[in-house]
Amino acid sequence: MGSHGIRDRVAIVGMGCTAFGEHWAKSAGDLLIDSSQEAYRSAGVTPDAVDAYWLGTMGSGLSGLTLSEPLKLQYKPVTHVENYCATGSEALRNACYAVASGAYDLVMAIGVEKLKDSGYSGLVVGNACTDGTEPAVTAPATFSLLAPAYARKYGIDEKTLKEVLSRIAFKNHRNGARNPKAPFRKEVPIEAIASSPKVAGMLGIMDCSGVSDGSAAAIVCRAEDAHRYTDRPIFVKALSFVAGPAEGPLKQDYDFTSFPEVVASAQDAYRQAGVSDPRAEISMAEVHDCFTPTELVLMEDLGFSARGKAWQDVLEGRFDLDGPQPVNPDGGLKSFGHPIGASGLRMMYEMWLQLRGEAGPRQIRDPRLGLTHNLGGGPGRCVSFVSIVGR
Amino acid sequence: MAGIVRYGAYVPYTRIARSAIAGGAGERAVASFDEDAVSMAVEACREALREGAAPDQVLFATTSPPYAEKLAAAIIHAACALPHEAGSADLGASSRSGLSALGLGADLATAGRRVLVCASDVVIGAPEGPRERSGGDAAAAFVLGPDSEAGARVIGRAAATSEYLDVWRTPEMPFARQWEDRFGLEVLAPLLEDVAHRALRGAGLQPADLALLVAEATSERAAAGLAATLGIKPECVADRLASSVGRAGAAHAGLLLARALDSASPGDRILVVSGADGAEAVVFEVTDRIQAARPSHRVDAWISSKRADLAWTTWLKWRGILPFEPPRRPDPERPAAPPMQRAERWKYAFTGSRCTACGAAQLPPQRVCVACGAVDRMEPEPFADASGRIATFTVDRLAYSLQPPVVAAVVDFERGGRFQCELTDVDPAKVAIGDELEMTFRRLFTAQGVHNYFWKARPRR
Repeated sequence: MGSHGIRDRVAIVGMGCTAFGEHWAKSAGDLLIDSSQEAYRSAGVTPDAVDAYWLGTMGSGLSGLTLSEPLKLQYKPVTHVENYCATGSEALRNACYAVASGAYDLVMAIGVEKLKDSGYSGLVVGNACTDGTEPAVTAPATFSLLAPAYARKYGIDEKTLKEVLSRIAFKNHRNGARNPKAPFRKEVPIEAIASSPKVAGMLGIMDCSGVSDGSAAAIVCRAEDAHRYTDRPIFVKALSFVAGPAEGPLKQDYDFTSFPEVVASAQDAYRQAGVSDPRAEISMAEVHDCFTPTELVLMEDLGFSARGKAWQDVLEGRFDLDGPQPVNPDGGLKSFGHPIGASGLRMMYEMWLQLRGEAGPRQIRDPRLGLTHNLGGGPGRCVSFVSIVGR
Repeated sequence: MAGIVRYGAYVPYTRIARSAIAGGAGERAVASFDEDAVSMAVEACREALREGAAPDQVLFATTSPPYAEKLAAAIIHAACALPHEAGSADLGASSRSGLSALGLGADLATAGRRVLVCASDVVIGAPEGPRERSGGDAAAAFVLGPDSEAGARVIGRAAATSEYLDVWRTPEMPFARQWEDRFGLEVLAPLLEDVAHRALRGAGLQPADLALLVAEATSERAAAGLAATLGIKPECVADRLASSVGRAGAAHAGLLLARALDSASPGDRILVVSGADGAEAVVFEVTDRIQAARPSHRVDAWISSKRADLAWTTWLKWRGILPFEPPRRPDPERPAAPPMQRAERWKYAFTGSRCTACGAAQLPPQRVCVACGAVDRMEPEPFADASGRIATFTVDRLAYSLQPPVVAAVVDFERGGRFQCELTDVDPAKVAIGDELEMTFRRLFTAQGVHNYFWKARPRR
């Protein structure tokens, strides 16, 4: 028994990522064509060379046909993957394992989501037939529970906490302003963030990630084959995924200041990658900043900050692009919005650029290990994904 | 002989000032956007059922049934976790049905049955009309049982049936109509007098023997005039709550009776008269068991626990009278019959589970214990009357509601167990961690003609 991981056994050798945004003129199929074409070109291969596909989407299609039909794939295995907001990352994880197993030589993980077609505000998740007793709380409301709980536990006044949260959004927008693929490409003054209209609890509209369409793709092969496709592959050091027992809504001892699922997946990933001090060893991270308090709590759950200290690290600029441990250098969900199936692969796309030295104005100096993180659900009841990649 | 063993009442939290409608003095009670005749009846029934043996029959009276076809009494039965063997029936079509149900309940109790009689109404009227102004929303419930347990025994009854056109509404009509006031008065006054006299005679009493006259009718003037006709002194006439609640349709006679019982003394005789499509009268004699029959919430306590700043347009929105811009969110899905049926004890009676291996309470009911992992070692644990406190909460301005913003709280129960749910009858600006909450049965929404009932929490009233 054990989670052994596949450290350095598979490599990403090509990636593609569409611009994210309001793609009124493009369908989910169009976005899949765009990101896959970019990924094929990036790896220097034709579709024929790719043996199998993992497609992540939560609501933009069912079955492998969602991919094979628009791309006209010639009788290839396509697995449809869904795992809430970690859907894109989950497609990558399973694609990597298929390669590591020896079942296939070259595979693609690809994710897509068309959110803007629905016309709704925020995310909409369809439920199976129910008894009508499920709480109908929106995502910002669910995540807003983190803020007062964190403030109470660590004795921070509300004004300071608001400043911390605004600082997180400010940082991510500043990074996103330097990213041509991000739809929200403007720096936002910290005062404008702090005074944005209230959505839920302490959270204003500027504490929330946006809604957008997008697609991203990665081509994966065994590590020993990587240099056939590129001279600068990135290697998978760890892939961890956890679905929690959803204890938070049931047990009185859950206090809404941590995601136990994230702690478990991070610890597993660090073990797989041989990382003992994530605060020192992880050069950069793309994390699931669906709402500003989520990013705050993640810094502690991922071990980047000591318990109760992340708010100070945020204010001191530790996670800024030019800080010692940049977080969300591409602008995060905050600047990209969150097309569910695509987000995890969009995060990996930034790791790909950064580790290859192709991140332009956002380039971090000499990154060695990058971490991506997704979570889906809410505090006390979620799934969590952590990957670590490096050169 | 039989009588009232226990009783309860319910007045919703919201009032609207008549000055905010189309003029007039005082205020009327308004069922919240998430209440209807059934949910309010459940609140009153819970009060009446807090102690004592379970009834074997449910009778429910209303003129505002949530379904034209589907038994409301069965929903009340489920929400009160009554035994499967109990019978159930709905009455209605007339505001007199409330007191009729009480009379029928007394008959059944005399025959040895134990009967839960409840009446509840959401009274609406055409905007700016008299019914909108004078109506009220409320509920009352009574458990009728043997004389030996009665806090108020039935000692006289009379009924009269008369066909005339006074208040009417076809299924297609959104609002009831009423014939002119003078006609209603002329027809009803003698009917009220007749049943009052006959009921008193049956009890062997004179009007002067009454401690209290409770009279109500579709004609307010007929109800008001009965005391003078009988020669009853004004101090022996029950307030009809026109300025605080309004006339609550089929629930009104029961509500006024409950209020009378709240302050009655052993030996008091109370005559209750209700007039609509004829008239009905019941005479009660209060016994020395009255204290044990009383609910934890008196009618006056319900009346004084309120929020009175409702806007007229908001009310019209709640009742579906005023169309409005829908939110940019999907319409709620109708709940499905099999999952609802599987979850009956949870959904309707708010019954969770407790692990017999480790003692951890949990809701919704689980099969695998969240604390110790034991499988299928649970026993049912009722939470409807459990009190809890706010562990944390949020004000959700994005979620769709007929009364935004939604306040959602994580509730920790004193007996263990945690539940996250919506708060209702709450001022978002006044919610705080640690606030005490109680559970309340509500209609969450209606989708494709299916009313979705479930529980919310409210600040303790």
